[in-house]
Amino acid sequence: MSTNAIQPVLDYDEVLESFDPVMGLEVHVELSTHTKMFCGCPTDFGAEPNTQVCPVCLGLPGALPVVNAVGVESVIRIGLALNCQIASWCRFARKNYFYPDMPKNFQTSQYDEPIAFDGYLDVEIPSRTGDGVEVFRVEIERAHMEEDTGKSLHVGGSTGRIQGADYSLLDYNRAGIPLIEIVTKPVRGAGERMPEVAKAYVAAVRELMVALDVSDARMEQGSMRCDANVSLMPKGSAQLGTRTETKNVNSLRSVERAVRYEMMRQGAILADGGTVRQETRHWHEDTGVTTAGREKSDAEDYRYFPEPDLIPIATTTEQVEALRATLPEPPGLRRKRLQGEWGYSDREMGDVVSAGAVDLIDASVAAGATPAASRKWWTGEVARRANADGKELGDYALTPAFVAELDSLVRSGRLNDSMARQVMEGVLAQEGSPTEVADARGLELVQDDSALEAAVDAVLADNAAIADKVRGGKVQAAGALIGQVMKATKGQADAAQVRALILSRLGVEG
Amino acid sequence: MTTDLTRLSAAQMAEQLASGAITSVELTQAHLDRIAAVDGAVHAYLHVDAEGALATAREVDELRARGEQLHPLAGVPIAIKDIMTTTGLPTTAGSRMLEGWIPPYDATVVARIKAARLPILGKTNMDEFAMGSSTEHSAYGPSHNPWDLDRIPGGSGGGSSSVLASFQAPLATGTDTGGSIRQPAAVTATVGTKPTYGGVSRYGLIALASSLDQGGPCGRTVLDTALLHELMAGHDPLDSTSIDQPVPPVVEAARSGDVAGLRIGIVKELTGDAYQPGVQANFDAAVAALTAAGAEVVEVSCPHFQYALAAYYLILPSEASSNLARFDAMRYGLRVPPADVALPSAEQVMASSREAGFGEEVKRRIIIGTYALSSGYYDAYYGQAQKVRTLIARDFEQAFTQADVLVSPTAPTTAFRLGEKLDDPMAMYLNDIATIPANLAGIPGMSVPSGLAAEDGLPTGLQVLAPAMADDRLYLVGAALERMLQEQWGGPLLDRVPEPTQLSKEG
Repeated sequence: MSTNAIQPVLDYDEVLESFDPVMGLEVHVELSTHTKMFCGCPTDFGAEPNTQVCPVCLGLPGALPVVNAVGVESVIRIGLALNCQIASWCRFARKNYFYPDMPKNFQTSQYDEPIAFDGYLDVEIPSRTGDGVEVFRVEIERAHMEEDTGKSLHVGGSTGRIQGADYSLLDYNRAGIPLIEIVTKPVRGAGERMPEVAKAYVAAVRELMVALDVSDARMEQGSMRCDANVSLMPKGSAQLGTRTETKNVNSLRSVERAVRYEMMRQGAILADGGTVRQETRHWHEDTGVTTAGREKSDAEDYRYFPEPDLIPIATTTEQVEALRATLPEPPGLRRKRLQGEWGYSDREMGDVVSAGAVDLIDASVAAGATPAASRKWWTGEVARRANADGKELGDYALTPAFVAELDSLVRSGRLNDSMARQVMEGVLAQEGSPTEVADARGLELVQDDSALEAAVDAVLADNAAIADKVRGGKVQAAGALIGQVMKATKGQADAAQVRALILSRLGVEG
Repeated sequence: MTTDLTRLSAAQMAEQLASGAITSVELTQAHLDRIAAVDGAVHAYLHVDAEGALATAREVDELRARGEQLHPLAGVPIAIKDIMTTTGLPTTAGSRMLEGWIPPYDATVVARIKAARLPILGKTNMDEFAMGSSTEHSAYGPSHNPWDLDRIPGGSGGGSSSVLASFQAPLATGTDTGGSIRQPAAVTATVGTKPTYGGVSRYGLIALASSLDQGGPCGRTVLDTALLHELMAGHDPLDSTSIDQPVPPVVEAARSGDVAGLRIGIVKELTGDAYQPGVQANFDAAVAALTAAGAEVVEVSCPHFQYALAAYYLILPSEASSNLARFDAMRYGLRVPPADVALPSAEQVMASSREAGFGEEVKRRIIIGTYALSSGYYDAYYGQAQKVRTLIARDFEQAFTQADVLVSPTAPTTAFRLGEKLDDPMAMYLNDIATIPANLAGIPGMSVPSGLAAEDGLPTGLQVLAPAMADDRLYLVGAALERMLQEQWGGPLLDRVPEPTQLSKEG
């Protein structure tokens, strides 16, 4: 058993020797509808505080909600994509509790009549052998609609939490933004892979939201959030253990780490003969631990009842089928198809997926780039920068059209590889399109054969000994000559062309 | 013009405005003068907006002088129940909690009234958040019944009823969750209609119990009430429960009053010993008059009505406990930090503000509702109450196969004395025994004057109920009854109401 500064944890392998982990994930997705769930206020991210509000989302006396029809369509499409049943009739419910960032002191949500239920999502985790993937089926309990709360900013105190703060600022711009809550059934049987399954599941949900075009699903902006319920069952027991609910898990990497940490923390408590407290815990990205939040006992009572201000949602089979027809190709199937079309190896495809480049490569190929070049550019420098900056590939000045243009410049022989890399840097530095960058930086291969021939002849004359070796059959010695020609032409020659010229001058077969 | 303009009906005012016999400024000023003279004794208004009312009146007069097409009621003054939000005018719902709050938006009903250019005289008193049958639960003191200032004007809309009965406005708005329009009408000899649920937009009506609340018109005559009904009603996209259908032809019905061949059902469960003798006697006489006018009378039974009050006092507090949760001192309204805490938490400020801002009746219902919705009790209380509600709706469905309208006394007694039932919530709740079933079923109901009780000389009312979206039938029956009874009485009952200033009672 090892100990960190805050609380003891049990070695991960030891946890698995004695316990089976059980996990439940709740993912909240903010829909990217133009207006809020129950009023006409805009939903733009990052507006001045309290500028996107009205009597409805401020919960002023007398104000009433009206359901956003696009929001309902979105959740039905999400439900269908998660292989769920869609309720033919369902209602909203009020979840009652007091909190300053909730204008009405109840959240309009759904309770025992979710609009989508009983589905599943197949997620892929890397196979144990390291090549290829294993598919793990995560069962979905429900997906339902609700509204987001406002945002509290607790000022003063050390933790940024409400306890100990000097005062709190409230921004209700987020209040009423449509949220979809997707809840899994208890996930069992993943054993040591549980943290990976957690990450892969959240990644798959994220991918699905983007494919459905219902949310930008950006965890770092809070438009997708995950709560992880984790418990441990002693091996051989059928009795579920006491669970904790970990919040503030704001990246895919955190999902994996938080689940793993909770397994190790609970393992230490149970191995020591203790009992796990049922509570909400907070994940701390910096220290990699969870700490206790409020105790979540069964005494917490939200007094749910059907929302009387909204009429029930009745959905016909025709409506559901019409929405089903709008579903995109499932991301997993699409990846397989594209991998085949592009001729990537499993490893290459894996890199592309983890870089978040599938859509960008698809668009680049559509714009005329080769699959190989598209992969090279999107998983290269820009991916390195995105990873370092915590951004997405699409956040940079590079576009699929630029990738196609760059590839065309290379294939037409205007640029060689090292020049193309310089052009890429210029594009990323927002200097313009690849052609503009190449022009501005004066990057162009020497196309003039006579100039190149002169350079080759000069090098052959200066290196008679090496030239003789090549003539004598040591073709690999030509490399040194090529290097000198490239140097003499300041890199603006095509190395393959130089090689061919040298060999032909020396009368050797290439 | 020497006659007192405030004594005219709204329809007569509208005619005289249209003909140019009077101006809206004259009419509005006459009401403002009347308010200044009598409201010290009646205490029907919580806020009077003389300036705003006169500004609208001037505008109407100017537009009319230019020959502009105006709404038939343009220029006829109106009083607004203080539960409806009004831009720029205080809206308290009778609660300390909202003292000084000025809404940034108009209720849909208020927006329609403003668009039709009715000068708004002010906001009328009510039981706090519409919880009560007497206005005694108003945080700003009770209103007094113009028939006897020692008595209650009904509630929660006692401000609106007493405004009408003391000629301080010809029209007023109300809201009816369990009888808050109809019972005040009955005890003041005025008319009030609770429309079909969804007939009038609830947007901007401070919610008591969302599934029961319904805004509606109050007037001194059946026609006036119909004219206001027509103005208030109609689909509103801002209220999801608003019905997207044409407004029933209420004005046409009020002008007709033809009940020949109409089947009138007497609800067996809403008559008998529980009703004061004079109330019952006037009801019987009214039914006889309707029979004489050609209506066919049948007796119907609604066996589940006996559970209506119990179900109502679970559903209402449950919804109210949630609707009133927003009054937490965080964004608007009263904020009272706890006295004995140096650095109070948000939760402590919420608790102490709610402790200070809500009256006893409101707290009682919040506690009952919170309890009824709690896990472990929900099925036994809220769940059972919803089942009763379904059974009551079925009782009505069944009854309406035998009758076109149903009738009953509106309230079991005439106006009781101020303070008489204040310490006995159950006695207070029983006032609404006849009016509550309509709210539970969502059907429309009206109260029209049926006379003065022989034993105490105070007004009694007859309630008419109709199937959903058949609000026009209420006006057929109401108009027929009004016409016949006024012939018997030799004029409106309100001609006999004493002058409030003649009485010594103050405050």
